[in-house]
Amino acid sequence: MTTRASRAGGTGAGLPPGLEPATAELLLALADDDFVLGFADSEWTGIAPHLEEDVAMSSLAQDELGHASAYYALLASLTDGDPDRIAYDRPAEAFRHARLVDHGRGDWARTMTRRWLYDTANAVRLEALAGSTWRPLGELVVKVRREEAYHLLHGAAWLERLARIEGEPRRRVIEALELVGPDAPSVLAPLPIEALLLDTGIQPVPGAELLERWAARITPVLEGLDLALPEPHPAALDPARARSGHGPAFSALWTEFESVRGLDREATW
Amino acid sequence: MTASAPVRGIPRSRVVEDVRAILAEIVDPEIPAISIVDLGIVRAVTIVDRTLEVEILPTFIGCPALDLIRATVSERLEPLRTDPATDVDEVRVTISYAEPWTAARISERGRDALTASGFAPPDGGPRLVEVGRPVACPYCGSRRTVVENAFGPARCRSINYCTECCQPFEQFKEG
Repeated sequence: MTTRASRAGGTGAGLPPGLEPATAELLLALADDDFVLGFADSEWTGIAPHLEEDVAMSSLAQDELGHASAYYALLASLTDGDPDRIAYDRPAEAFRHARLVDHGRGDWARTMTRRWLYDTANAVRLEALAGSTWRPLGELVVKVRREEAYHLLHGAAWLERLARIEGEPRRRVIEALELVGPDAPSVLAPLPIEALLLDTGIQPVPGAELLERWAARITPVLEGLDLALPEPHPAALDPARARSGHGPAFSALWTEFESVRGLDREATW
Repeated sequence: MTASAPVRGIPRSRVVEDVRAILAEIVDPEIPAISIVDLGIVRAVTIVDRTLEVEILPTFIGCPALDLIRATVSERLEPLRTDPATDVDEVRVTISYAEPWTAARISERGRDALTASGFAPPDGGPRLVEVGRPVACPYCGSRRTVVENAFGPARCRSINYCTECCQPFEQFKEG
């Protein structure tokens, strides 16, 4: 996979001076969210509720890993690094994914509930980033959004289907919302370096505003299903904690996805 | 297309033409009936100084065939790089997001090739996710078709069914 390094084609250019570290943090958050969720969801390959869903979940996971790979390539162009090394050669505690994607996939209802929460939050975030003043990011996000449209439809259909069936399906959705719902705002919580990104328009809209837009979009859907998002976990809104302090589910996942690479870090694929 | 005149040998515009002819022979690894040019994923061929750059637009970002396509393009252009008459000493194949790939980029010949291989080409109407009119069956032409799964065997393909001729088929979907 050594060819990946040249994918971004030196797009690190064009950033205002000194903005590389802040932009790198934004890219790492975007990339790690998709990377970790993609790996967690790929665990359904072969064991999804039915064959069609098996194919769909595998496609969704593949998309997330593809998006992560493109963000890592952009990040690598800033630091003159190697996207594969960023993805696979970091210790677990160096990952900057949001608390929402730190949970294990759980059962089907939890996976679908989490997907819907993530996809809706991610859509709000990407909608804003499409207007980034840093063109390489804005252009990539335009493409990512076209693909995410399929994810939004898929997640919304499943949430509704499960929530409307009284008994076990609905009970499991409610349990999932109680478990992962408090962490959902972590996807949009302001990054510690947000002010710098906002000043330059690299990130055009502040996290607080994104959170409001997201709430305005998902609340009517949840109310229509007679559901509600629980109160946020304090850490989910705290810039210092929304993307750190990962739990045991992520340790297990990290051990898994890093294991092949760990056999021989110098191997060429 | 050309940024500077050649010092010697073949004119730059001719080199670019030659490159395009070579690219037109490279097929999509997953659907070998269609070339990467007819699929519309070649965005630009440029020569700046002595570097030849081919820009590729992915149909889907996570397409696993991308690395293979890049490697094949580099390999096929290698003779051109080593030919002193072309005055090219580096070939770069880059993945570009400068504009999203859309179905409108598929050539007429490409659409025919897809149909002949049993794929419904994207029909230029609303995207699959916007629930437009049903796509035409590549076998009988009927529009009495349904989307069985927006996600098919590859990221760029959906699974459909024709209720007229009772035939399942795939659509090359809009990215």
